Amino acid sequence: MTATVRLPTIMRSNAGGQTEVTVEGATIGEVVDDLIRQFPGTATHLRAPDGGVHKFVNLYLNDEDVRYLQKLDTPVGEGDKISILPAVAGGA
Amino acid sequence: MPVVGSVLDLIGNTPMVDISALSPNPDVRIVAKLEGANPGGSVKDRAALYMINEAEQDGRLKPGQTILESSSGNTGIALAMIAKVKGYPFKVVLPENVSVERRQALEVWGAEIIDSPGSEGSNGAMRRAKAIVAEHPDWFFPYQYGNPANPRAHYEGTGPEIWRDCPEITHFIAGLGTAGTLMGTGRFLRERKPEVQIWAIEPPAGELVDGLKNIDEGFVPEVFEDNDGYELLDRRIIVRPRESIEWLRRMTEVGLFVGISSGAIMAGAAKCASEIERGVIVTIVCDGGWKYLSTEAWTLPIDEVVDRATRIIYF
Repeated sequence: MTATVRLPTIMRSNAGGQTEVTVEGATIGEVVDDLIRQFPGTATHLRAPDGGVHKFVNLYLNDEDVRYLQKLDTPVGEGDKISILPAVAGGA
Repeated sequence: MPVVGSVLDLIGNTPMVDISALSPNPDVRIVAKLEGANPGGSVKDRAALYMINEAEQDGRLKPGQTILESSSGNTGIALAMIAKVKGYPFKVVLPENVSVERRQALEVWGAEIIDSPGSEGSNGAMRRAKAIVAEHPDWFFPYQYGNPANPRAHYEGTGPEIWRDCPEITHFIAGLGTAGTLMGTGRFLRERKPEVQIWAIEPPAGELVDGLKNIDEGFVPEVFEDNDGYELLDRRIIVRPRESIEWLRRMTEVGLFVGISSGAIMAGAAKCASEIERGVIVTIVCDGGWKYLSTEAWTLPIDEVVDRATRIIYF
């Protein structure tokens, strides 16, 4: 599957300044692997020491947090949009 | 209504109104809880009052002691009002790019504003507040992101009120900031009615908010982790600025002039309504629209409003 990943500002310099990149993968986990394969510099922002994804990074498939879908096993469809956002303290 | 002795006694017990006229699905009711009816103007009155009362009771806060908090607006305004009524000096660390009315409201209550860089958002204001408090250990720091009194205000207030007024609830949808409203209300409702779905709506964060210097500075509030937020929530959805503003405007059709975050939450409720077959959704309207008039979110061409949303903190 080919999907697009929207990168947060902090990771764009690791991807030649691109805001959105094209990745391959059948699951969110595979998408993350492909992103890191294409742009190794993103690994420091994404990878937790246990090999998973850093807890301060939120991954969204078509605007849904994948933690409440099937986490890294969430299936990715053709043309899906994935967003990566750092966790922020909201709340007025 | 009986006459009360203090404006603080008017916090909570907010009204609920059926706004199903906005529901995209005729078999799904949508009911809004109007937190703007609190005397300080927002849902944050609840957490602020609980944090102050509990600190007074257990001796962490003594008469005349200075209170300092970080806030992008509503918690600061609520604490400023309560501090004024109770006679505490109050200081607030505020990102410099919040809407001007928030600053003005804080000034009404005599709060001292300490600016933090807008580019660092709410996380930056919180870090700054922690640093200041480290130098002033004699000040009281409520710390809304980690204070259990914050979710408790909703576990003992918002949750029971919804259960009393709308026991037919099937879905509870609220914004995710400190997580106080979602954790406290969600936990109460889940205990009473385990099948209730709890959905979190993420702020319509623009480039500004995701422009953190370092992803390691990302932050998950203790209120969220301490309440097993990952387990409690059923869904977590980002709502984009455009949808938020579209729904913000549509809410005026039912007479609701609300803050920008409530437009985002309503957009989430509409999405939920169109996905489920039938049900009763309860949403939170965090505050009224007054503090956001300067943003011209209701009147400017929508593209311009969306563009501004990347620079101004609306939550």
